[in-house]
Amino acid sequence: MNSKSKYLAYPYSIWMIIFILFPLFLIFLYSITLRNANEIKTITFTFENFAKFFNPIYINVLIRSISIAALSTIICLFIGYPVAYLLTRINEENKGLLILLFILPMWMNMLLRTYAWMTILGNTGLINSFLSFLNLPKINLLYNNNAVILGMVYNFLPFMVFPIYTALNKMDRSLIEAADDLGADSFTIFRKVIFPLSLPGVISGLVIVFMPAVSTFVIPRLLGGGKNILIGNLIEKLFLVTRDWNFGAALSMIILIIIFISIKILNVLNIDKESGISL
Amino acid sequence: MKNKVSKLYLSLVFLFLYAPIVVLVIYSFNDSKSRGTWGGFTFKWYLELFKDRDIKTALYYTVTIAITAALISTIVGTISAIGIYNMKTNRMNLFLNINYLPIINPDIVTGIALMILFLSANIKLGFSTMLLAHITFDIPYVILSVLPKLKQLDKNITEAALDLGATPFYSLRKIIIPQIKPGIITGFLIAFTLSIDDFVISFFTTGSGVTNLSIEIYSMARRGISPTINALSSLMLAVVLGLLLIINKRTTLQVKE
Amino acid sequence: MKESIIELKNIVKKYKDVKVLNEISFNVYKNEFVTLLGPSGCGKTTTLRIIGGFEIANEGSVSFEGENINNIPPYKRQINTVFQNYALFPHMNVFENIAFGLKIKKLKTKIIDKKVKKILKLVGLENFEKREIDSLSGGQQQRIAIARALVNEPKVLLLDEPLGALDLKLRKDMQVELKNIQKTLGITFIYVTHDQEEALTMSDRIIIMKSGNIQQIGTPINIYNEPVNSFVADFIGESNIISGVMKDDYQVNFLGKNFECVDYGFKKMEKVNIVIRPEDIHIVEKDSGLLNGEVKSVVFKGVHYEIGVISKNFEFLIQSTKSSKVGNTIGLYFNPDDIHVMREV
Repeated sequence: MNSKSKYLAYPYSIWMIIFILFPLFLIFLYSITLRNANEIKTITFTFENFAKFFNPIYINVLIRSISIAALSTIICLFIGYPVAYLLTRINEENKGLLILLFILPMWMNMLLRTYAWMTILGNTGLINSFLSFLNLPKINLLYNNNAVILGMVYNFLPFMVFPIYTALNKMDRSLIEAADDLGADSFTIFRKVIFPLSLPGVISGLVIVFMPAVSTFVIPRLLGGGKNILIGNLIEKLFLVTRDWNFGAALSMIILIIIFISIKILNVLNIDKESGISL
Repeated sequence: MKNKVSKLYLSLVFLFLYAPIVVLVIYSFNDSKSRGTWGGFTFKWYLELFKDRDIKTALYYTVTIAITAALISTIVGTISAIGIYNMKTNRMNLFLNINYLPIINPDIVTGIALMILFLSANIKLGFSTMLLAHITFDIPYVILSVLPKLKQLDKNITEAALDLGATPFYSLRKIIIPQIKPGIITGFLIAFTLSIDDFVISFFTTGSGVTNLSIEIYSMARRGISPTINALSSLMLAVVLGLLLIINKRTTLQVKE
Repeated sequence: MKESIIELKNIVKKYKDVKVLNEISFNVYKNEFVTLLGPSGCGKTTTLRIIGGFEIANEGSVSFEGENINNIPPYKRQINTVFQNYALFPHMNVFENIAFGLKIKKLKTKIIDKKVKKILKLVGLENFEKREIDSLSGGQQQRIAIARALVNEPKVLLLDEPLGALDLKLRKDMQVELKNIQKTLGITFIYVTHDQEEALTMSDRIIIMKSGNIQQIGTPINIYNEPVNSFVADFIGESNIISGVMKDDYQVNFLGKNFECVDYGFKKMEKVNIVIRPEDIHIVEKDSGLLNGEVKSVVFKGVHYEIGVISKNFEFLIQSTKSSKVGNTIGLYFNPDDIHVMREV
């Protein structure tokens, strides 16, 4: 349009500096400085906060967080891909309604959805009450890693389904017909045509699920009890309870690094497939 | 065979998705507090819900902040999107990369970063800090909705407006904004939904008695299972269901036109 | 003496160090229909956009009625544009589109109504006021675009390949209509097209461009009969272009033979290009013409036959109402004044 219009964005750029960039910088600053015991403000730059991290306890927390998040993400993929695929196959009339029904739980408050499993899995919950009713011993379903995984899958499944659904929906049907026409069987068609074309959606889904999964603290807190804490819980504790901001900031930096690395890895995989290397 | 398996699979997934919610709804009418026994049908938990002052306060703050943040971020976001649209590519990319940080960063990092900002500046945590935090994470989504619509604009149409005598500002009002209106509305709705539902960022940036619904549920859930939450869930389910049905009706009506 | 309304002087336009327009200069006279003609990428649209104010030249000046308008934005110029893809406002109906410019001028509602009605009548779309844009056909949209521009009574109307998206019959009809509108309203039209037939049909004058340079300016007849170089000759109409040598005034040599012609003023033995139009070559009995040749192809084109003939290693294109058979040996004849000699470019 004209050159003066670009100034319209300048007020927001100031906002971004104050509320996006500067806070991140503060985290970085806290992660490389120490809390001083006396009132005098001294800034000593140190990697001590990061060094603190290399304690077996904390490393375990990190490993547990990544593995639980990764496991949940993979489960979401295996459950969600067929769902996405089947949703694209439904005829037009019912499609809208079914997609709506699929979205509905997503619109419910995330805490309520997590809390809902507490009622089912708890010691006095639905399943165990049912077992007592049959005079069977109660099972410890809540407050362990499995409950956390279940909670993650339940919360994040729709986020895996939608990018895959979008990618599959956009796919040109005639490609499948062409492959069929050239003599490929269903499995080959899936392997060589459908899956590769849906890959961008799969990558999106993996990212959109893994990121919140690795950093969440609500799900492990409500479903995992106080014992098996994940990195999100640790950060929350450090900032709100222990008030060790420096170490907490260091952990936040570590989470950011993990996330950026995972996005980079997944993007690289995406590009490789696009350049034509077959499965 | 294939069809039956598909149908079964989908039904199982939907069962998995809805089971917990359905359980909550059913138990919201249960007269007994324990989940093992059915004590009879009752509305008493709903009555307790309406009397609960904490929940009412939380609801008030939730809606107020959501509407205010959504309105402000829609206005700022739309204006900024127009500015971004007119930038040269390099600067535009730099701008957008920073802009999308709140979307990419995990909630907890954004929340803590803002908390550190406010506390370091000696600003007391409360309504204004929560509002500022919401606006910060809403604006990127508004820009994300509006910018593509701007990019889809036919450049010739804006030139035609200028050609016919319109100043750039007149053209903005009468030609550009009407054409990007769907993006603006979508942006507002996304911002509103995100703010209504937010937990983590609000959790870290609020204080002095200001809560929202999510925070309230979190504290109640931490204390243990409470039937009032069940009642709240059913009500929220009803509202969400109603909203989605209305949206569905409107979109099918539009498609039919 | 014709009065000039727009003057371009030494206009240079660069895109990232590539010169898209190289010192373009020409005048546009009042009430004339002038066409910028050339192949894709020749700079004709860029020139038009500079006149309209949508691009700014790196060097040179644009004057309107004697005053420099280089830095005047489009909304302050008394010029209106009809865009290639019509650029109608999709969220407004026909009336609102056409009235857009009038509303900005703050004319009274009654007057706006009258003017819109009048212009709709002029373009043959009476009572279309309430129609939505997406309910109109391509031809109708195009006429609304023209109406929207004309209703503002500009002194100059710029048209950027407005008929490109229409089918052949509609295009031909619109060419006639546009010409009539121009004559009736007495507005100066600056028209851009790559279709040389269109340019020949509608224009008072044609400006032929290639790669950012003006090749020739003249009336249609002028350019057709006396192209200054082989590019123009090739671009306008079909032509046979042969290289040869000017032996003397009124005498030219090509394909190993001397021919009488009507051109003079060249240096003795100067290398030249010769243009002979396909419709000027007549098929005669073998040995009764100036040259003999073998028929290589015969294509029926409705209006005439297009016949390819090889003579002395040159493939002639002939347009004739008479047919022939592939393989026949025939004679070719053309008049001296149908041989047009041009300097080698």
